[in-house]
Amino acid sequence: MSPLKKIILIFVLFLVCLYFSINNEIKLGLDLAGGSQLVFEADTSKISSDKKNSSLESLRNVIERRVNLFGISEPNVQTSNFEEKDRIVVELPGINDTKEAQALIGKTAQLVFAEVIEIPGKDGATPSASLKPTDLTGADLAESGVDFDQNTGKPAVSLTFTKEGGDKFAKITGDNVGKPVAIILDNEVVSAPNVQEKIVGGTAQITGSFTLDEAKKLSIQLNAGALPVPVRVVEERTIGATLGAESISKSIVAGLVGLGMVMLFMIISYKGLGLVADIGLIVFGVITLALYKLIPVVLTLPGIAGFLLSVGMAVDSNILIFERFKEEKDKHSTISDALEVSFGRAWDSIRDANIATLLTAFILANPLDWNFLHTSGPVRGFAITLALGIAISLFTGIIVSRNLLRLFVKERRTSN
Amino acid sequence: MDWMKYRWLYLIISGMVILSGIFSLYKWGLKYGVDFTGGTLIEYKFENGKNQTFKYPPMDEAELDKIRLDFKNQKATEVRFENVGPSIGPELVKKTITAIIISAGGILLWVSLRFKSFKFGLSAVLGMLHDSLVLIGSFSLLGHFMGVEVDFLFVTALLTILSFSVHDTIVNYDRIREIKKKQGGELYDVANEATSETMVRSLNNSFTIIFMLLALILLGGETIKWFAVALLIGTVSGTYSSPFVSVAILVTWDKLQMKLKKS
Repeated sequence: MSPLKKIILIFVLFLVCLYFSINNEIKLGLDLAGGSQLVFEADTSKISSDKKNSSLESLRNVIERRVNLFGISEPNVQTSNFEEKDRIVVELPGINDTKEAQALIGKTAQLVFAEVIEIPGKDGATPSASLKPTDLTGADLAESGVDFDQNTGKPAVSLTFTKEGGDKFAKITGDNVGKPVAIILDNEVVSAPNVQEKIVGGTAQITGSFTLDEAKKLSIQLNAGALPVPVRVVEERTIGATLGAESISKSIVAGLVGLGMVMLFMIISYKGLGLVADIGLIVFGVITLALYKLIPVVLTLPGIAGFLLSVGMAVDSNILIFERFKEEKDKHSTISDALEVSFGRAWDSIRDANIATLLTAFILANPLDWNFLHTSGPVRGFAITLALGIAISLFTGIIVSRNLLRLFVKERRTSN
Repeated sequence: MDWMKYRWLYLIISGMVILSGIFSLYKWGLKYGVDFTGGTLIEYKFENGKNQTFKYPPMDEAELDKIRLDFKNQKATEVRFENVGPSIGPELVKKTITAIIISAGGILLWVSLRFKSFKFGLSAVLGMLHDSLVLIGSFSLLGHFMGVEVDFLFVTALLTILSFSVHDTIVNYDRIREIKKKQGGELYDVANEATSETMVRSLNNSFTIIFMLLALILLGGETIKWFAVALLIGTVSGTYSSPFVSVAILVTWDKLQMKLKKS
């Protein structure tokens, strides 16, 4: 293929990447978009180790359902492991008040119906009562909603049981006519209404002293299911949207100023060659942005810093080649010969040096999930960005600028 | 130019920088941020438009609510709130160190293979060690005198610098190998020639990186300022260490070997 065809191909690739980098929304991390991150620690001490993974997965699912039912857009719920402790990381973009979210997510919401067994007091003492849990639990619910108590008009939570749950409920109410049945939520009796008659419809209502908001939250929790393991909040981060926007605009200014200085420096040092490197640099920026958006890489503040650093490093292969060219220029009869030799000679160092960097990136990214290395977290994300930057800079620094130069030098010779 | 004539001077300068860092580490240690210790960070925007960040040790919610109310009464807007447990624990530090050791081992192997000499590999890794010690020592001093804390970003900067350091060293080595193949001669002379030939490239490459980092430090905002400073220190140290530590050690080692052979 002739250099011209290659350049056209590269130009098409450039346009495609430009299209993607303009038209796709880049995924911003919470530090840039604003929002909250809550980290819950799961108490898995009472769960046998073979069931741990599955119960953590169902814990994650329940929390995700709760957050979704609450109406937060694009939440992110992940399991993570920190110092042998199991954690659930919940990211809530756009949410600045975490108290409400904590109350919604963190409640176990374990619903149990219990029979009340009266123990008659001996020798005229007041009778006491004990609770005997039945097999009717939150798991037997088909749906829950907000309702109002017909007598008091206060908010209540309606329960609709599954077929099986309805049968259980009918049996329990049938057995306890004239006696109270306790509704227990998270080991606390919410209400204990007296059963008037056997209830066969498969529906029930929890009345208590709920506010409308509390009733809504409880119904969300019941709909999403009980947490299989109790959790507690260990971390909470909130970034205001304005601070994130400020960080973005500051980084853009810093990036443009830095980029301008690098491009100017290249032109001053290498003149026409520097211009070619600058074109390569722009291609580098556009391809990287497009890949960030397509993979997608979640962009955070350190991520931006890493990207800007890679811009500074991306011209390295060009500098290597051009410095070489300065030496070779006088040794060869034509400029294009000198260029080809420079590219060839410089390639050895570029290859050896970049393989060493990729080696480090590989170990930090840990794609084989070796246990003794990082299996999650920012180090891994950073390594992936680093590896991506190296690969793209090799392409733009060598293939793009080489073909541009071949074209440019040839044209100049024919015009001479 | 006879760069290698002054190799002892380079090594003494490096030694002094590293020793003052180690002294500071021993005496004052590092100032750990909330990522290590846990605690609370709150950033407020005041009525005059200025932002300020406050840091508190771990405390219970009631105390924290009182502080937040105080600021609210001063008409300050909370723009950032982080209440965290320590998120960098011994396990994470251990894994990072493991990663560094494996990387160093891999690089030792790769460089030794590519340049067919264990001397080259070990000198490159020593240069890498030099740069990390310079960076850690600098942050111990910055921590003591300016209250700069180390956090997760610092760990990231440290890892970045490791790869930059080796990258630069290999470019130097490559030139040594090429000259040796072409005209042979003693390592001392070859190293001098290679250092001269790669000097402009090394400096120019560092300049482009330094431009970017300076822009970030001056314009990029408070959150990543010290991250950029860490990268800057590492870049300068990495550029210096390639000819003046790695190659200087290589030449010194070679000279010692020759002396031993003669005697």
